[in-house]
Amino acid sequence: MCPPNDDLGTHKGRPYEFIMKTYILKRLLLIVPMIIGISFIMFIIMHLAPGDPASMRYGLNPDISDSARARFNDMYELDKPVLYQYVSWMKRFVRLDFGNSFIDDKPVMAKIFSRLPATLFLQGLSLIVILCIAIPIGVIAAVKRNKPFDKITTVLVFIGYAMPSFWLALLAIYFFGFKLGWFPISGMDSWYTEYLDPFFRIKDLLWHTVLPVMATAFTGVAALSRYTRSSMIEVLNENYILTARAKGLSERRVVIVHAMKNALLPLITVMGLTLPALVSGSFIFETIFSWPGMGRLGYEAILNYDYPVVMGVGVISTFLTLFGIFIADIMYAVVDPRIRYGKRG
Amino acid sequence: MGAHNNYRAGTRPAPTNLILGKMNKRLIFGIMVIFIMAAVAVFAPLLATHDPVGIDLSVEARLQPPSFEHLFGTDNLGRDVFSRMVYGARISLSVGFIAVFISLVIGIFLGGISGYFGKLLDILISRFVEVMYCFPTFFLIMLVITFLGPSIINVMVVIGLTSWPGLCRIVRSQFLTLRERDFVLSAKVQGVSDLRIIFRHILPNSMAPIYVSATLSVGSAILIESALSFLGLGVQMPTPSWGNILTSGKNYIDYAWWLTFFPGIAILITVLGFNLVGEGLREKLDPRLKT
Amino acid sequence: MYYIAVASFLFLFEVSVLPENAVNTSGDAYVSAGIAEARILIPFLSTDSASSSICSLIYNGLIKVDKDLNVAGDLAKAWEISEDGLVITVYLKKGVKWHDGHSFSAEDVEFTFETILDPGNGCPYISGYTDISDINIIDPNTVQFIYSRPYAPALLRLSMGIIPKHIFKSAKDIKNSLYAREPIGTGPYIFKKWESSRYILLEANQEYFEHVPGLKYYVHRITPDKTVQFLELVSGGIDSMELNPYQYIYRSITKEFTSQVQKYKFLDHSYVYLGYNLQDPLFKDKRVRQAIGYAINRKEIISSVLLGLGEICTGPFLKGTPYYDETVPGYGYDTKKARHLLHEAGWRDNDADGVLEKDGQEFRFRIVTNQGNQVREDAAQIIQSQLSELGIKVEIQVIAWAAFLDQFINKKKFQAVMLGWTLPVDPDCYSVWHSESIDNGGLNFISYANSEVDALIEDGRSEFDVINRAEIYKKIHRIIAEESPYTFLFFPYAMPAVQKRIKGIKPAPAGISYNFIDWYVPEDEVRYKF
Repeated sequence: MCPPNDDLGTHKGRPYEFIMKTYILKRLLLIVPMIIGISFIMFIIMHLAPGDPASMRYGLNPDISDSARARFNDMYELDKPVLYQYVSWMKRFVRLDFGNSFIDDKPVMAKIFSRLPATLFLQGLSLIVILCIAIPIGVIAAVKRNKPFDKITTVLVFIGYAMPSFWLALLAIYFFGFKLGWFPISGMDSWYTEYLDPFFRIKDLLWHTVLPVMATAFTGVAALSRYTRSSMIEVLNENYILTARAKGLSERRVVIVHAMKNALLPLITVMGLTLPALVSGSFIFETIFSWPGMGRLGYEAILNYDYPVVMGVGVISTFLTLFGIFIADIMYAVVDPRIRYGKRG
Repeated sequence: MGAHNNYRAGTRPAPTNLILGKMNKRLIFGIMVIFIMAAVAVFAPLLATHDPVGIDLSVEARLQPPSFEHLFGTDNLGRDVFSRMVYGARISLSVGFIAVFISLVIGIFLGGISGYFGKLLDILISRFVEVMYCFPTFFLIMLVITFLGPSIINVMVVIGLTSWPGLCRIVRSQFLTLRERDFVLSAKVQGVSDLRIIFRHILPNSMAPIYVSATLSVGSAILIESALSFLGLGVQMPTPSWGNILTSGKNYIDYAWWLTFFPGIAILITVLGFNLVGEGLREKLDPRLKT
Repeated sequence: MYYIAVASFLFLFEVSVLPENAVNTSGDAYVSAGIAEARILIPFLSTDSASSSICSLIYNGLIKVDKDLNVAGDLAKAWEISEDGLVITVYLKKGVKWHDGHSFSAEDVEFTFETILDPGNGCPYISGYTDISDINIIDPNTVQFIYSRPYAPALLRLSMGIIPKHIFKSAKDIKNSLYAREPIGTGPYIFKKWESSRYILLEANQEYFEHVPGLKYYVHRITPDKTVQFLELVSGGIDSMELNPYQYIYRSITKEFTSQVQKYKFLDHSYVYLGYNLQDPLFKDKRVRQAIGYAINRKEIISSVLLGLGEICTGPFLKGTPYYDETVPGYGYDTKKARHLLHEAGWRDNDADGVLEKDGQEFRFRIVTNQGNQVREDAAQIIQSQLSELGIKVEIQVIAWAAFLDQFINKKKFQAVMLGWTLPVDPDCYSVWHSESIDNGGLNFISYANSEVDALIEDGRSEFDVINRAEIYKKIHRIIAEESPYTFLFFPYAMPAVQKRIKGIKPAPAGISYNFIDWYVPEDEVRYKF
């Protein structure tokens, strides 16, 4: 994980609230030109790439006449200069109209909203699982530093981080789905769910979720548990912990009540950085598990030169990344005592 | 001044003093793994038992399980997997190293001038870094490769181009901190040129987190290469890389386990090695973690 | 030229004949899998295979193709073609109903083709119908098409699915209409549900005018990864998939596979070829192209790349149809002849370095092919090594599809391409072989121009007599084979695999799905009981 920006700097004794307010405002305002700039770059790159949507859709089919391609280009103004096209896109974008997909003419927003829940569900569930596993591991590893628990969990956790993700997904499917038959091999639900009772419908959904969540969590636990561990170690070295121990408080109380509280605070700052992943998903997992999510939507759109969808997905994920970084930086500033209480010495 | 005593102008702190102080088993394991894999890559021609691109299309030669003749078995075109793995080490490791090298060059340069000179340059570069950060990385990778065509060089360049922002931020914050130090101020007073200050004074003292990040990045570069192979955008056949051996082998996962097992394990152990070394370095070099 | 005065095929219209094993009610489900999702469920707007295959279950055309690739009646029970070939009168089956209960009539037919011909609707197949100058409704069960000139492919073009007038007549924009995603047709299956990117569910039409389909549900599941698709097949999650040669030979011999899945093979309606840019000085000489044809060992390519699962191709039509001349010898593997021809054309190895030269230039060229097709890439590599034995240096370049189309095909910047064509049932090949198709966005990107072939193609388009027509195309086959603008390589096999519990499958030249409504599962083997 990358350390958040700490460019708040010193502001010569101005009140804290004022600093924060100006900072927040400045950052928020910056998001808009950033999105415009990035969307422009994305647009240009897409149009410069060799190939075009009409060929992708109608290419090399003897039954399809050239007029189909010409009509397509005409309808979507693809023969006009790139800048003109960008401006028209911009004009619709400010009304939050992303246009229609080139592949199936569905409105881009409708396509995104039909896929978003699947990704949110999977990523959200995985995040919860990751938190439930990584934090305890990190805390205990810090408390029992360099003891066997720490050493073993370090290696285990890194294994998840070191595997090619599609291999991990395939192995999970192969062993638990194919060989043992415990879980469905792929998909989000069975086609016959509508003929099932609600109880079985939920069970069907959950059963389909187990393997993808397992795979996603396995790769995500590493980073968070390491971060928790180092944060915890740092806190355990602080003076006030020493004081608490000197006062005779039980080790357990020291750890749980005092240390954890302060160690977990920085974690909140990095939570902001997980925001983009919640929405963009991992298209490798989505491809292998046949999960109908946003990751695949964006990837397939790029392959098919589906400009409107690419721009829609790209802008949304850019916005979320910027927003996530913004949140993370704010939280970091809020939480970092050096900035809170002013610089000393 | 506590731990900051280690910074001295004009010289490099001897990293060996810091590391050899307390070696732990994981760090040793990691270093050993990297060493072994690098040796395999370098000595590939000596180690390979067969021609890595030699096709044998006879029925007996295809999809054979591991045996004495073919240590890791053969693939669907009758090629010896062990030899391909050994040459694949060359490709995968060099992709890792060179990609990270590229990102180091860009990251250190931009982070350095941004952190040192500050003000407008810093703002511009920081915004640029944020833009790069927000850019959907896969979008960038796929487009560049579609543009330039998949080849080893392009893969290296593309991975390097997408991993420098993180490094840049680290370098920048290091420089921001260090430029206020006495030894820098004294060098300035003495009239030392900015360039010299950056490279001879500040940079050597800020290498610690750079080492850590670079080591971890090699691991992730190897993983990105395998992900690109999964998409068909990585190193192209018949040149073997661990990523593309794994990708073409995945179609036989229930029939020929050796086609996915060996490249998968190789990537796993190698990336694990880099991660353990990186983490180990971080433990040693980060003053905040010292007991 | 003889026209058949009245070509009427009287099918058993009121009473449908049940196949021997058919059951009277539908049961079980058939789960097919695909990599890509369907896009739009309107027949004349769908250009991808997923949409087309689902449309073929929901809609009917006037005509369909039977198991031997002959024309048969679908919604049409009979038809007449006038002597001059300008009028086709179609007699529709009576009592056919749309899925919503409305009656089907000639008005729907007229409406469908008028919609297709309306340029505002952007139908990509419009060029196949522009020869229709008028459509008349004679009575509710009879439709007449008037053509501006005799157009032999017209009959097969009438296999386009018919859409309901009462649903679409007030739609402003067909492709965004609700019914593009929740279609109403006359076909054997009724649309039930479309979960985006997950599956499409169809249910058997109990009132279908032929007979009730044997399988109650048809599901099209999306599985984007082929490895996972295979695992799903063997574990029973899906009921069919297309196998590639490796899966057919190696991976389908495990016990788990053979106990549950049945594999079939038939000649795929496509061929793979090496095409030469006839504007390139290297390939202007026919002898050079023929020499390469002799130098390539097709048998070796088929056995190593397709594992033997293919047949040699000598010309641009489908083997087994009356248009493919089986007596055309093609180019057998004969390196001596190849050397001789090259020698005649002026290519010699004067400096004995293993590479042929002429006028100081070495014989080297580049084959371009698209990424993602392992068969073509492997075949190109084998050709590379076969040609090097003759002293020809071949370089292979693999390009992503979009860039390939844009920079190489459309701009004609290539020397040789390794590509394939799918073969439609109608042999009309104007867009690929006529000289008019060299520019104007046609598909004759190799720039082949032969006035005799041009005339034959035009004749073939207007000849209705099946036998005469076949002779025309056989002639085209012979000429093109001799001139060798492509080196025709092979027809691959299509190898579908279907779960064993599904009975009634009979492989034929048309494939296996022509009689899908006759497939069924015996009571005791039913898997899905909904």
